[in-house]
Parts: sequence; C-alpha cells; structure tokens
Amino acid sequence: MNKIDLLNLIDITVSFEGFLALNKLNLNLKKGELRAVIGPNGAGKTTFLDVITGKVKPTKGEVIFKGKSLVGKREHKIARLGVGRKFQSPRIFENLTVRENLEISVSTPKSPLNLINKSIKDEQLNEIEHLMKIVNLAQKVDSKAGSLSHGQKQWLEIAMLVGQKPDLMLVDEPVAGLTDEETDLTADLLKSLSGENTVVVIDHDMEFIRRLDSNVSVLNQGTVLCEGTMETIQKDQKVIDVYLGRPEV
Amino acid sequence: MSLSKIKFDKKIVLSFWIILIALIIAAPTLLPVFRLNLLGRYLSLSIVALGVDLIWGYTGLLSLGQGIFFALGGYCAAMYLQINSSSEFPNNIPEFFALYGVEKLPFFWEPFRSSAFTFFAIWIIPALVAGLIGFLVFRNRIKGVYFSILTQASLLVFFNFFNGQQKLINGTNGLKTDVTQLFGQMVGSDSLQRIFFWITAIIVIAAWFFAKWVVKGRFGNILIGIRDDEPRVRFTGYNPVIFKTIIFSIAGGLAGISGALYTVQSGIVSPQFMTVPFSIEMVIWVAVGGRGTLLGAILGAVFINYAKSLVSEALPASWMFIQGGLFILVVTALPEGVLGWIQGDGPRNLLQRFGLRRKIETYPSLEVNNKEGINE
Repeated sequence: MNKIDLLNLIDITVSFEGFLALNKLNLNLKKGELRAVIGPNGAGKTTFLDVITGKVKPTKGEVIFKGKSLVGKREHKIARLGVGRKFQSPRIFENLTVRENLEISVSTPKSPLNLINKSIKDEQLNEIEHLMKIVNLAQKVDSKAGSLSHGQKQWLEIAMLVGQKPDLMLVDEPVAGLTDEETDLTADLLKSLSGENTVVVIDHDMEFIRRLDSNVSVLNQGTVLCEGTMETIQKDQKVIDVYLGRPEV
Repeated sequence: MSLSKIKFDKKIVLSFWIILIALIIAAPTLLPVFRLNLLGRYLSLSIVALGVDLIWGYTGLLSLGQGIFFALGGYCAAMYLQINSSSEFPNNIPEFFALYGVEKLPFFWEPFRSSAFTFFAIWIIPALVAGLIGFLVFRNRIKGVYFSILTQASLLVFFNFFNGQQKLINGTNGLKTDVTQLFGQMVGSDSLQRIFFWITAIIVIAAWFFAKWVVKGRFGNILIGIRDDEPRVRFTGYNPVIFKTIIFSIAGGLAGISGALYTVQSGIVSPQFMTVPFSIEMVIWVAVGGRGTLLGAILGAVFINYAKSLVSEALPASWMFIQGGLFILVVTALPEGVLGWIQGDGPRNLLQRFGLRRKIETYPSLEVNNKEGINE
C-alpha cells in the first residue's frame, strides 16, 4: 500500500446469492488522479461504485479511503468522509429550484439543527454563485430543477457533486444523452477538476474517454482486466477480445 | 408543480388576515354556542392535519396512526381535569375508579395534578412516543406501504390496550371532561367553551406559522428531498433517519395539542379517537385540501368536518358515501388537492375549457401559426 494512495480496493468480492458481481477486484487511486473505468455491460462497474459509497457491503475484501476502512459504514458517513457520487441518470431534486439543490449540496455541517436554525453562510452562497457559473446555470437559478433539459440536469448534478467538496468524485456515465458539444464541455470540466480532486469516471463512450486523456481501468466479469493509457489498452489482446471485439478480418 | 411554495399578492394576504382575525373575534357573537363549539372542534382537528401535511405532504411518510398521538394528548388533558375535580368523590380520586373498586390512584395519574406538568405533557408525551416509534421504524429503513401498515398496526395496539384498561383509565368508556371544573367553572359551560374557541383559533395560527417555519429553507428542502429521492439525500451526506424522526415527532406533538383541544371541546376522550377510520380521515382532509400546502390541510380539516356535520343533520348516514366520493374525486381529478389545484394551473385551464380565456401560445403552435402567416 502506497502512502500517497487515496483509495485502495483490496480483493473486493461481492456475491449476490452466488452470482459474483465483483470478483477479487483490486484497484488503487492516487491523490489528484483522473481515472476512467470502462467495461462491457454487467462487468460490475456500478457495483464497484456501490461498494465504495456503502450501498453494497462487500462479501470479502477491504476498502481503504484516506487510510481508513469504509466497509460497514453507512452511506451518509462515507459521504461526509469525502466520497461524492454522481448517478447514472441525473438524480437531482426536481421539485426544488437549482439554487436549493446546490444549497443542499454545499451546506455544512449537515445536521438538522444547523439547517433549521441558521441561515446559509456567505462563503457557501459565493460557492453556489461560482458553481452556477461553471455549469452555465446562472440564468436558471430560481427555476425548478425538474424544468431543466437533460443536459442541464446532468450538469446540475455535477455541480452538486463539486459543491460537496469531496476528496473523491465518482462519476457514473456523465455524458449519457448529451450532445457532442456538451460531451466535450463535460470532459473539459472533469479534467479541470482532477489535480485538486481525485475523479473516477465510468462510461461507455470511447470518444469521451479518449478526450479525458487519463489512465483507464478495464473491468470484466467483476475484476480488473487491464490498466493503462488509452493507447495501451487498445492494443491489449484481452481487452480487444472482451470489450472492443475482434477486428473483422 | 407548485407543491411547496405559496405566493400570494401582498394586498390579498393583508385583507385575508384582517378578515380572518375579525371572524375569529366575532365568531362567538355570530354563531350560536352549538355551532361555535363545532367550529372550535374542527379548528382543533386542523392542527393534527398540519402534522399530517408535514410528514406526508412534505416528507412522503403516509402515517395511518396519527390517532395514537391525538388520543394521548386528549388523555393528558382529561386526566388533569378529572384529578383536579375529584375532591367530592370517594378517596378523592375520579368517580369512575369506584366502579371497578379501585381505591388508590394509579401512580401515573399523580403528576397530572400539576398544571405545569400537564401543559408540557400534552405535547411532549405524544412527541416522545412518535419519536421512539419513528426512530425504530426509520432506522430499519421501513418505508412506503410498509410504513403505513406499521403505523396502522401500532394504532390498533394502542386502541386495544386503552380499551382494556378499565382500572387505569376507564377503558372503553373513556374520560369525560365536560362536567369537570377548570378555573372554578364547568368545562362544558358556554363561557369556557367560548374561551376554548379563541385559544384554539390562536393555537391553529401559531401552529401554522410554526409549520411554515419548519418547512421554510434548507430543513424543509431536505424533507422534500427525502420525499422525492431518499438515497440521493443519503449520498449527499445527510442522515434521513434523524430528519424523519424529528418531523414525525413534531407531527406527533401537534397531534397531541390537537387531541387535547378537541377533548375539552367535545367533552370526552375515549379509545374511539384511535379507531382506524378516524386516522384515515385525517389523511383525507389533507389530500382534499392539498398536500404540501399547509393552508390546504387547515382548510381541508375545517371544511370537510363542517360539511360532515351539515350533511349528517340533513341526510343521516349519507356522509360516508359523500366522503368516499370526495376522496375518489380528489385522487382522480385533483391529485394535488383543492388548494394545490388553485395554486397550479387549475383555474386557468378550466377557464380555457369554457372558452373564457385565451390559450397560452406554446412554441409548436407559434411555429405553425407563423408558417401559415408566411403562406398567406
């Protein structure tokens, strides 16, 4: 185990009534790294996020985050330790306005007493203004989040994720259903976030992954098949076999 | 979907308050005591409805057991009144104990000699019971239909327990309050009933402002978040269990206050307050008035109950059909309730349907119209 590692997954096995969703998965993330995770359907990509965020308890194995074990901790505790997650389909609070959504994400401490008693801090208001500018939602501040377009919802959720100030951002299919232009902007946004933050991006979209220009982990049948740059993994025979398909002769 | 935010014109708000306060002050002179007393009872029911709106309309917890907390508040008030009016009875304890040969006051009656204790017990005991039930249920992540069934089952447990305890709280007969004394007057007397009406009216307004304060701002937004997508709230770092326990406890406290005010105005508290239909009716008031509007809960409780008494006087036994029909109408035609419908696009759509108002030009139709214009 390396000292500068932010996250270590050690021999994670998740068994759903005999079916191995993850099988002895090992993965290490350095602080500030941007990592893409790809894999065919059913490879265990989402289960992998569920294990880190505490939604699913691994049958075997250890999750070490900032030197502490996350196994058995409840979701909100893990979130407070600094693990943020963006879901596959945008999950925002549709009956609240854009501003209220962001307020929920930036507010600290997250205790009921603080929320009911005190008004939001100035620096958090500034943070909200800042976030809205980054994701181009400044004009939509007081609209119901449910009235946003699909792309705007995706971005609002990314903004909410950033607002949580997590040390580790887990981003599940951020560009599903986005236009090419929006996809490019999202890739740039995620790239700009890494360095200061550690970001894990899960996606199918090869063009998008290539644009991220990061290390890639390929998942297959619940385990890491191969790791490396996009060029390396594209040449890897195992990856070609299971994921990219054999080139037609 | 304006489920949560109410926006009224300032002038409308001001005139609303002036009329409301004038009505409350004038009501005892305008209405005969019988009607005034009914209105007072229905106003007290609107407080439990506010609680139902907080937990169901805002937080998405459909409790069918609010009768428990309502009855607990009622029993606290009735025990205080009975024990402090029992000086002429044998052993200086309430009269009903003699029927069952009880000579010594059960221990838990003792603190109810104190007015101060009772004042707090009326809302703190139901709030604590609600908090305890809530915490156990929410911690185990029981939600939706299972939560509703569980609250209804708890209601039946309490109902059966209270029904069977003749020697402790007069069992199924309940505790009468109208012939007890308060401030040297009979609780059932016209003059005290008038005061109870005013107290109730003031508490309803206070409870309304309290509920508005609770749902305003970030705390209320978290409640709405829990209603719409609880796991998302959890992954954002909030613990929904605590939020749900707090709001369920607040609703329990409101139900207790409601039950106490209802008891002193109806003259009796009995396990009948914990029957299944009564707790379901509370939900219907809120559904008809408008979920997540607070004001809708108050109006729903008062108007449905007033309609109930008027209809029952004119056509006995027909009320259940009307209430059922009303519920079906709301569920199918006005899912956001009457107030939700008014605040939403309801009235405008209705006027459009009758051709009294121009349709809003939407984007595709504008495009079509423009093309026609070009063709001409």
